[in-house]
Amino acid sequence: MGQQILNAIFIGSIYALFAVGYTLVFGILDILNLAHSAVFMLGAAVTFTLVVNHGQSFWLACAIAIVVAALMGLVIEYVCLRPLRRRRAPPIAALISTIGLALIIVAAVEQGRPGTLFSWLWVDGANSVSLPPGVVPNPTWHVAGLTLEGSKLAIFPITVALMLLLGYVMRFTQVGRGLRAVAENPRAARLMGIDVDRMISLTLIISSALGGLAGILFGVALGDISPYIGRDSVEVRGLAVIVLGGMGSIPGAVLGGYLLGLIEVLAVVLLGSNVRAGVAFAALFLMLVLRPQGLFGAQLKERI
Amino acid sequence: MDFLIQLVTDPVAFWSSHTLLISQIAINGILASSMFVVLYSGQLSLAAPGFMAIGAYTAVLMALHLHTPLALNIAAGTALAGIVGIIVGLPVLRLRGVFLAIATIGFIEALSLGVILNLPITGEGLGLKNPDADPLGGINIVLISLVLAVFVVWRLTKGRLGYAWTAIRQDELAAYSQGIDVARYKLIAFTLSAILAGYAGAAESHLNFFVDPNEYGVPRTVQVLTFAVLGGSGNVLGPVVGALFLTTLPYIFQQAGDYIGVVSGLILIAVIIFRPQGILGRGGFAFVRPRWWPRAQVRAPSTG
Repeated sequence: MGQQILNAIFIGSIYALFAVGYTLVFGILDILNLAHSAVFMLGAAVTFTLVVNHGQSFWLACAIAIVVAALMGLVIEYVCLRPLRRRRAPPIAALISTIGLALIIVAAVEQGRPGTLFSWLWVDGANSVSLPPGVVPNPTWHVAGLTLEGSKLAIFPITVALMLLLGYVMRFTQVGRGLRAVAENPRAARLMGIDVDRMISLTLIISSALGGLAGILFGVALGDISPYIGRDSVEVRGLAVIVLGGMGSIPGAVLGGYLLGLIEVLAVVLLGSNVRAGVAFAALFLMLVLRPQGLFGAQLKERI
Repeated sequence: MDFLIQLVTDPVAFWSSHTLLISQIAINGILASSMFVVLYSGQLSLAAPGFMAIGAYTAVLMALHLHTPLALNIAAGTALAGIVGIIVGLPVLRLRGVFLAIATIGFIEALSLGVILNLPITGEGLGLKNPDADPLGGINIVLISLVLAVFVVWRLTKGRLGYAWTAIRQDELAAYSQGIDVARYKLIAFTLSAILAGYAGAAESHLNFFVDPNEYGVPRTVQVLTFAVLGGSGNVLGPVVGALFLTTLPYIFQQAGDYIGVVSGLILIAVIIFRPQGILGRGGFAFVRPRWWPRAQVRAPSTG
């Protein structure tokens, strides 16, 4: 059971990091950015490729992967969101354009095999791979019957530190005030002299960098990197998390992430691993029916 | 391109060599009209694959175990999907926009991951073999069904029901204050959509020798939503055109080979950016002038 709680904290941290990116964009733009899960996957894939195929050190690979993820955020903004915002398209149009971008990213990685157009990005096609042992320092301890793996343990403090930093930036800095103003009312923010487009670009950069980092942590700690990890592991669960926490709420997304991790682990312990995902989604459904504003959502506004 | 050339030069050969594609277009068209009904009443419901699964499994299980005739199987699948539609529709009626979308995703994931993958009678993860399937003979049935479905939905949108749906879509509160029974009309739309999706699922199961539990998940629902949004959801023909366009896309761009995913994503983004209102939506192409592009000279009207 203790081991299971550790797993819940570990997987919950990844859900939280991922969902904070979702919720930042939703809070500011009222748009679900479905390319976020592709950025998650790209973070893990770029790290793997740099370490294994290009012989870079793990830390450098991580840094480059996060930069690549952040740049993908800019691509999302400039290709999928800004043109549609300029012509006042409904949010659902932006949903479709981000789906298109996710399709491109996943298809590009999926087709990466030696000798193809994308072999510089990925060479394992649709296969699932993991980093060779020893690349990532992973000290392991055995305490009181529990196995403590360094790579998994590190995820919790990383998540907490980043979330505190994000909370500080959002609350106490000029940039954070600007972001919150845009979330509240873009038109009023523009009239107050805030560069709304720049704030939105910044949101996408932060969101995608967090998504890419979540992907790296997932890929490293679970040893499972494939073109489909974003779509299969976090895309829909991320939605569940932001609903649990209340749409657009950052602390809500963090707590929602841990809550979902806990629900899934408890479902495995009590009901067996087959129903794990089913239970999580049944919980999501019930949560929406019974308390649609989420745990932390203030009031329910009509969106989309 | 060969695909389009054959369509023009030799339609008879085209018909016989692409029977499966044509029936898949028809199935997707019915699904698109199911999506249209909920969108037209202002509900972003993504439950279609769940109802498809109910229709498909009911029809195939009846054929396998009860050996009842095809028409009865499809009717039973459709009816059961409709009943489940009412049961699911009632509690989610008060959810709006993206909340409804996520709740319905919760429903389909709980159904496919929690129920279908764990019941012995549905073959769990292995799916069901359907020896009675008739891939070639089914084409007439599905084409006629598509025409009927589109006609019925079109008639409904032109009647009292359609005006009520339009009123609810544009402003639910205003519709309510005009004495429109919002809950009732929304439930009718949700159930009709469930019936159409259930029918599409049951009919599709007759075209395939195998019912694959992984067919009824989130990727499918994203696909169906894309049909509706890309085609334009102001008119029932829009989603059907969207289904036609997206289903034939891989055939039109056969030369893209393995990169079809990348090409489809690019086309999806391009279409939604240039026609955010959908292919059949109102208005012309939306072009955005880059900042460096010279403004059109506006001449002052000459007086005299």
